[in-house]
Amino acid sequence: MISLAGRDILHAWGKFVFTGIGLGLLIGVTLVMAGVYRGMVDDGKVLLDNSGADLWVVQKGTLGPYAESSSINDDRYRGLLGIPGIAQAANVTYLTMQIGRSDGDVRAMVVGIAPGAAGTPGWPPYLIAGRQITRSHYEAVADIASGFQLGDYLNIRRNQYRVVGLTRRMVSSSGDPMVFIPLKDAQQAQFLKDNDTLWQNRRRTEANPAFNRAEVPGLLAAINASQETSQSVNAVLVRLQPGQAADQAAEAIRRWKRLTTYTRPQMEAILIGKLIATSARQIGMFLIILALVSAAIVAFIIYSLTMDKIREIAVLKLIGTKNRTIAAMIMQQSLALGLIGFVVGKITATFAAPFFPKYVLLIPQDSVVGFFAVLAICGLASLIAIRMALKVDPAEAIGG
Amino acid sequence: MNGKGIRIEGLSKRYGKGDTAVDALKQVDMQVAPGEVVGLIGPSGSGKSTLLKCLGAVIDPSGGRMTLGDQVIFDDGWKVRNLRALRRDKIGFVFQAPYLIPFLDVIDNVALLPMLTGMPNDQARAQALELLTALDVQHRISAMPSQLSGGEQQRVAIARGLINRPPVILADEPTAPLDSTRAMAVMRILNNMARKFETAIIVVTHDEKIIPTFKRIYHIRDGVTHEQVGEGRSLE
Repeated sequence: MISLAGRDILHAWGKFVFTGIGLGLLIGVTLVMAGVYRGMVDDGKVLLDNSGADLWVVQKGTLGPYAESSSINDDRYRGLLGIPGIAQAANVTYLTMQIGRSDGDVRAMVVGIAPGAAGTPGWPPYLIAGRQITRSHYEAVADIASGFQLGDYLNIRRNQYRVVGLTRRMVSSSGDPMVFIPLKDAQQAQFLKDNDTLWQNRRRTEANPAFNRAEVPGLLAAINASQETSQSVNAVLVRLQPGQAADQAAEAIRRWKRLTTYTRPQMEAILIGKLIATSARQIGMFLIILALVSAAIVAFIIYSLTMDKIREIAVLKLIGTKNRTIAAMIMQQSLALGLIGFVVGKITATFAAPFFPKYVLLIPQDSVVGFFAVLAICGLASLIAIRMALKVDPAEAIGG
Repeated sequence: MNGKGIRIEGLSKRYGKGDTAVDALKQVDMQVAPGEVVGLIGPSGSGKSTLLKCLGAVIDPSGGRMTLGDQVIFDDGWKVRNLRALRRDKIGFVFQAPYLIPFLDVIDNVALLPMLTGMPNDQARAQALELLTALDVQHRISAMPSQLSGGEQQRVAIARGLINRPPVILADEPTAPLDSTRAMAVMRILNNMARKFETAIIVVTHDEKIIPTFKRIYHIRDGVTHEQVGEGRSLE
């Protein structure tokens, strides 16, 4: 059977193609928005994967270390190592900040990693250039997205660090690239007070007769030293022995160490369900608006195209063409417009995604859902035009 | 009259109700035999278009009787359930303007109806080509309607009206946009087609040029038809 829709499209292909391109750009934006959400979720999962941890031990009653601030003493990891089933435990600090470099600064998440070797929880699991940190101070491994190169120097607080290694796809849940530095340096950077505050604290301690006792030499100096160094970390990353149930070990830590402990699924739920929930809702709203705008555009275009054919439709009805043939013609044109739009949108999104500052993850599943959503929207949008076409009186062809 | 063609007896059409009712058709009696071309003329507002719409099963007459061939299709109510199928299978239309489908080429404009009713495309196109050859536009089968002259478009429209071999063709001022030479050519074609396919053709017209060509004419005035013998001037 002849395809009226196909022949009409071929006859007015320019109109369809240009309309399809316009619609496609809108669909492309929609796919990118979905990709931004997927990217945020993936960033969260990558963050957890790259930490190398099975359990996250944080300050009691907090959702740390990523969703809330958490502070625990840096010697708590020793006690954790005594719990059955725990293979490794390592302190870690996380601090998102602006890092200075020669041509300005870059936003990054500074990760303080405990002394050890590659494979220690918290360490970057692989490098693409250079080496891991081997010294106790002033060395850094940076994610390539930060823009640092091997041998570059970066400034964190008062200290300068040399980039000795580069890694890739090490990002925070916000998509900021990570910079790994030794734990002690990170603790100092995180908790370091300014000079005036240090001086003021020393003066106050010195004025307190309980701390400044002539008969106990060195007491004042010891108290000042303890105030000026930090013994806190944000979390302890725990790796379990093979075969060890995570829930069981987490329960033991909660019970015996009185610390909040999260397993991988729990941490994922915190990241996705709480940390990026607002952003996800925001993106969801945009997707709804874009879908409505797309539907309105398709409906308007198909309505206009149908209006242009009112006389022909009247003639078709007069000579006995079935309603479903006319409806199918309009519906097929609408779906064809959606198809052109989707192809253009998919190509646009694929080529545009790498240029976005945040990670945009386009997954086939979203494309498939998007494809059927576009078809559904176009199908629904054509209903107005179909209704109008079916109401056309065949007598209009006769006139009079 | 052998019972074929179309016969209309006492057809009426009333618009509205009560005090505002208007009788567009009061008493229409017509009979057109197969192979015959009759004229239907009348002043503006006399009910020509209303009659055409009633005959074309586009609007419902208020009363009377219509017989198409041996089948009574209206007798104070439609006797056919599917009016669309009736139009498709039994009635051909030719309009003042050709109203060809602009996105179909000539042959598919003509072959469209059988294609849509399930006839294989090749077979439908073969039938269309046969008609277009008879109408002498076979050389334009691949052209789009916008590429045709007015006369060619009208011939294609006639071919479209004939494609399903309907027993009746209703032609609504088919020569109005044409000059006298082309108008006479269209009338010649209609007469030839009527004879060739045994089709009854009713031509609604105002066109003074073609009125003398009819052998029989129905005048319609105030919704009432009056039969008159025409000049039947030769078209050759």
